[in-house]
Amino acid sequence: METGSPRDAGTRGDETAEPVWRGLPPGLLRMRRLLLVVWLGLIALALGLLLGLLAGPVWAAFALLPLALMAWGWVLLGRNWRSWRYAERADDLLISRGVLWREETVVPYGRMQLVEVTSGPVERHFGLASVQLHTAAAATDATIPGLEPAEAERLRDRLTELGEARSAGL
Amino acid sequence: MTTPGVDDAVREKEPVTERRLHPVTPLRRAWAPVAVLIGWAVHDPDQAQRQLARLTATTLLIALAVLVPVAALYGFLSWWYTHFAVTDTELRIRTGLLFRRTAHIRLERLQAVDVTQPLLARVAGVAKLKLDVIGTDKKDELAFLGEREARALRAELLARAAGFAPETAHEVGEAPARELLRTPPLHLAISLVLTGATWGALAAALVVPPVLWFATHSVWTVLATGVPLLGAAGASSVGRFVGEYDWTVGESPDGLRIDHGLLDRTHETVPPGRVQTVRIVEPLLWRRRGWVRVELDVAGSSNSVLVPVAPREVAESVIARVLPGVTVPSAASLSRPPRRAGRCVPVWWRGYGLAVTDTVFAARHGLLRRRLSLVPHAKVQSVRLAQGPWERLWRVADVHVDTGANKTVTARLRDAQEAAELLRAQAERSRTGRRDALPDRWMA
Repeated sequence: METGSPRDAGTRGDETAEPVWRGLPPGLLRMRRLLLVVWLGLIALALGLLLGLLAGPVWAAFALLPLALMAWGWVLLGRNWRSWRYAERADDLLISRGVLWREETVVPYGRMQLVEVTSGPVERHFGLASVQLHTAAAATDATIPGLEPAEAERLRDRLTELGEARSAGL
Repeated sequence: MTTPGVDDAVREKEPVTERRLHPVTPLRRAWAPVAVLIGWAVHDPDQAQRQLARLTATTLLIALAVLVPVAALYGFLSWWYTHFAVTDTELRIRTGLLFRRTAHIRLERLQAVDVTQPLLARVAGVAKLKLDVIGTDKKDELAFLGEREARALRAELLARAAGFAPETAHEVGEAPARELLRTPPLHLAISLVLTGATWGALAAALVVPPVLWFATHSVWTVLATGVPLLGAAGASSVGRFVGEYDWTVGESPDGLRIDHGLLDRTHETVPPGRVQTVRIVEPLLWRRRGWVRVELDVAGSSNSVLVPVAPREVAESVIARVLPGVTVPSAASLSRPPRRAGRCVPVWWRGYGLAVTDTVFAARHGLLRRRLSLVPHAKVQSVRLAQGPWERLWRVADVHVDTGANKTVTARLRDAQEAAELLRAQAERSRTGRRDALPDRWMA
């Protein structure tokens, strides 16, 4: 039964031991902040120009709203990014996330049906990939976004390997 | 798979004998165009009448003369092109006239087998065999088979799924069933009278149409709302009585047998170890009599009722057979959330309860209509802890337990510390709970 990684082998049986948490790489935060700045910057510019030309320069001050939103979003994204972390334990994967709405998910490796690595065009440009775990329950929401592709592939291979070793099905 | 590959390879070479469905099947298919016409007429009566008035007797006759043979031909061809075969590990269904479809159903993944007999099929002496497998929305069914053939095929499928040697699978025959429970019609009738939903639907059907009539004076509005309301009222009272009449739960080596129905008879079989969650529902008005309703979830299956109504002790003894080794935690052993949970969910927080035993995770919710959900640890797919900002303020959290039947059981508003421990402990229990579970092929 015991096929855990050598790193965890020492602490096996001692389930209360604090798991080794890993955060997300800064690339994801950079990408999200850049997207935020680009989109809200464009909106602010368009709003400012439109209002300035059509309604008068005083009205153009409304363009500051998206800018304020941008500043707020900047902080929020940072907090959200910091809240994401995951840990591979000997027998299950832990994912913890959320600042206001906190959620922690535990998925035993044996229940994994499929591991998916996805990467959209923007993500690929920033060299990022997401890992998603599927179990037989659709409610299981175990996604780790914004990993470096090498790490995502390592995680996928390790999870698949552990899933095979502990396969339990339904 | 544990079967030696060599054996498989040798057997694969034997020609698989394909069979056809019962010859009355084309008749069922022949109804389709007629049904479409009737559906259209009901859906849009005005237009239908106008179109009918325009038709003369000759055109009608010509249309019938064309339509009926075409329908018959379609029915015959679709019957002719539907084959099924049972191999060692699979049930293969080959069907389709224009769009061919071949389904190979792995027998060890079978979640449930139903033999259903609609009223007309009972008259004709045929039955429908329905197979539940995970991941398909479209139910694979064999309609129709001869009544005896359907039973024999079900027995054979279950025997093969159970892992009996293929040579003996034919001869195993129908496993003997032991009756666990039979619901008397009187109990069923009383239970329906004591259900709030029945009266609610009836009251709505009696009150809403007259009110609408006074408000609008339009016959069509009244009909358009009144007919569905009456239908709903009928379905929730008479329909349920007819559907749940003579409810029998039996136990056999093949699994759980559930037979029911007054007009349409249904015989469901759920192999051992397929039940993901069991729910005990206790409506307010049943409480004095100590009656409960038991519902169950099987992955990929739409069957949801295990016992429509039964005294609590009887229901618990049935649950003990369905989930071996499980005792239903008593109401006293359920722990309530802490008092401050009332700040998150006023009044109703009293309905929440949680008990974790060696074998099940049991969570209760509902104040008037109490629902206690049981999940065997071995069936837990993932465990989640969720906490919103308001819940954090009061130091409470929810623990969700996801099962394979796409049902999530939630222990709401537990103390935050307790919830965190519960999350860890439940993950550990669900991981180890699998060890003494039955294998997919339960007889092998």
